[in-house]
Amino acid sequence: MKAYLNRLGKKFLDALYYTGGIVLLGTKATLGVFRPPFKRRQVFAQMSKIGVDSLFIVTLISLFTGIVLVFQSAYQLQKLGAERFIAHLVSIAMCREMGPVFTALIIAGRAGASISAELGTMKVTEQVDALQTMASDPIHYLVVPRFLALMTMVPILTIYANFIGIVGGYIVAIWKLGITSSMFINSTFEVLTLKDIFSGLFKSLIFAAVICTVSCFEGLNARGGAEGVGKATTLAVVISFVLIIAADCLFTAFFYFV
Amino acid sequence: MIEIINLCKTFNGHEVLKKLNLLIKKGQTQVIIGRSGCGKSVLLKHIVGILKPDSGQVIIDNQDITRLNEKEIDRLRLRMGLLFQGAALFDSLSVGENVGFVLREHTDSDEITIRKRVRESLELVGLRGIEELAPSELSGGMKKRVGLARAICARPDIILYDEPTTGIDPIMADAINTLIRQLHDKLEVTSIAVTHDMVSAYKIADRISMLYDGRIIESGSPQEIKDTKDPYVRQFITGAARGPITD
Ligand SMILES: Nc1ncnc2c1ncn2[C@@H]1O[C@H](COP(=O)(O)OP(=O)(O)OP(=O)(O)O)[C@@H](O)[C@H]1O
Ligand SMILES: [Mg+2]
Repeated sequence: MKAYLNRLGKKFLDALYYTGGIVLLGTKATLGVFRPPFKRRQVFAQMSKIGVDSLFIVTLISLFTGIVLVFQSAYQLQKLGAERFIAHLVSIAMCREMGPVFTALIIAGRAGASISAELGTMKVTEQVDALQTMASDPIHYLVVPRFLALMTMVPILTIYANFIGIVGGYIVAIWKLGITSSMFINSTFEVLTLKDIFSGLFKSLIFAAVICTVSCFEGLNARGGAEGVGKATTLAVVISFVLIIAADCLFTAFFYFV
Repeated sequence: MIEIINLCKTFNGHEVLKKLNLLIKKGQTQVIIGRSGCGKSVLLKHIVGILKPDSGQVIIDNQDITRLNEKEIDRLRLRMGLLFQGAALFDSLSVGENVGFVLREHTDSDEITIRKRVRESLELVGLRGIEELAPSELSGGMKKRVGLARAICARPDIILYDEPTTGIDPIMADAINTLIRQLHDKLEVTSIAVTHDMVSAYKIADRISMLYDGRIIESGSPQEIKDTKDPYVRQFITGAARGPITD
């Protein structure tokens, strides 16, 4: 019993330590954005690595998501004779939910994993120590450029994913469900409000911060060679996924009420 | 001057340094010998402040690095160069960018000067025309030498070498020993070199100290160390398989 409580206490402390570490890193990264010297070249390199290289898979997944959304909602709505709401459903679901969340999950899996693997390797091969001995702050040199890149690329990719998802829905609606093009487009513009788009974008900013801090934290705290790097990478992805969904739940509820 | 006072460090219950004391005078080359795993690299990392001691002080020119804030430590670090045991080259940068890192990040030197300094530093360690290569394209010994070039490129006045000659062929090793000696003679840098290589130790050292069981058990000039009566030091420098260390 006592041993169990001890273990529980230790787990609790570990969780506290972890949360503290993440929050601290997030704060330092945010502050670091405004502190010179600005690493413009690194930021652009990271932006292209995170954004451009994820473009194809984001296209693919949001296209399919839009298509599936239309089929699934048509299956229900046709029974009620309410096909004209299909466009409403797709555009709102994409902008408020599917676009931001799926994009964040893709980036967490792709960029988050690669960030933690890269920083983890740097940590275990003493490159992070080398940075410090050469009077460069690892947070400023490694984390801040990635933070900036993620904070810009994730929302941009989200907007793109929203668009592609709606296009996917449009294609199916026109070809297979006999909805006219003008009807789909009109009802999309009729129903979408700025709030739908911005609440989605706001969430995507939160997700970007989550991905960056978790992946960088895991990477910079990797220890014990290749195995440690592997563990850090897996953890980074798993924890990012969980936190993204949890944050989504929280903010969706929040935006429902305000 | 570097003064290490009662330095203690424990890693998960394993005491690595136990009240270690060491004094290195300005312009001296101090060699530290000791068995693998006895804490030599850990000691060097305390001197540059990337490891924090559990207790004790590391005083560099009257400043205790264990009590400075990050900014002050960074200012001290710019006067130091550290050659890592595993070279620790940044593999996202080219060789030239690695060697010129400190100059690019922390000085206003223009690109031409930096390139020139990078080339000179690489030539000092016997490398030529490899600025554009990636670290992954180098052999182990070449990486070590690039690491050395990086440590000396910004002309620090304190240089720490973690096993400068391991993994390097004997001819090149002798050239590196000569280089370390020259940096000492001409530029009067204060150096600490960790090594297992007794030939190198005798050649470069003003003083040799042996680290054993978390402490310095003996210090002296190379000649004094050669003539030592201490059975532990004797066993180490003669490389005997049997003796007080192993029994
Ligand atoms: N970051 C760390 N975390 C936990 N233990 C560590 C850490 N760094 C070093 N140690 C332990 O400290 C001890 C001394 O390590 P150190 O690397 O200083 O040895 P060394 O004297 O440099 O050996 P070698 O000659 O093989 O390089 C080892 O037992 C090692 O396991
Ligand atoms: Mg070592």
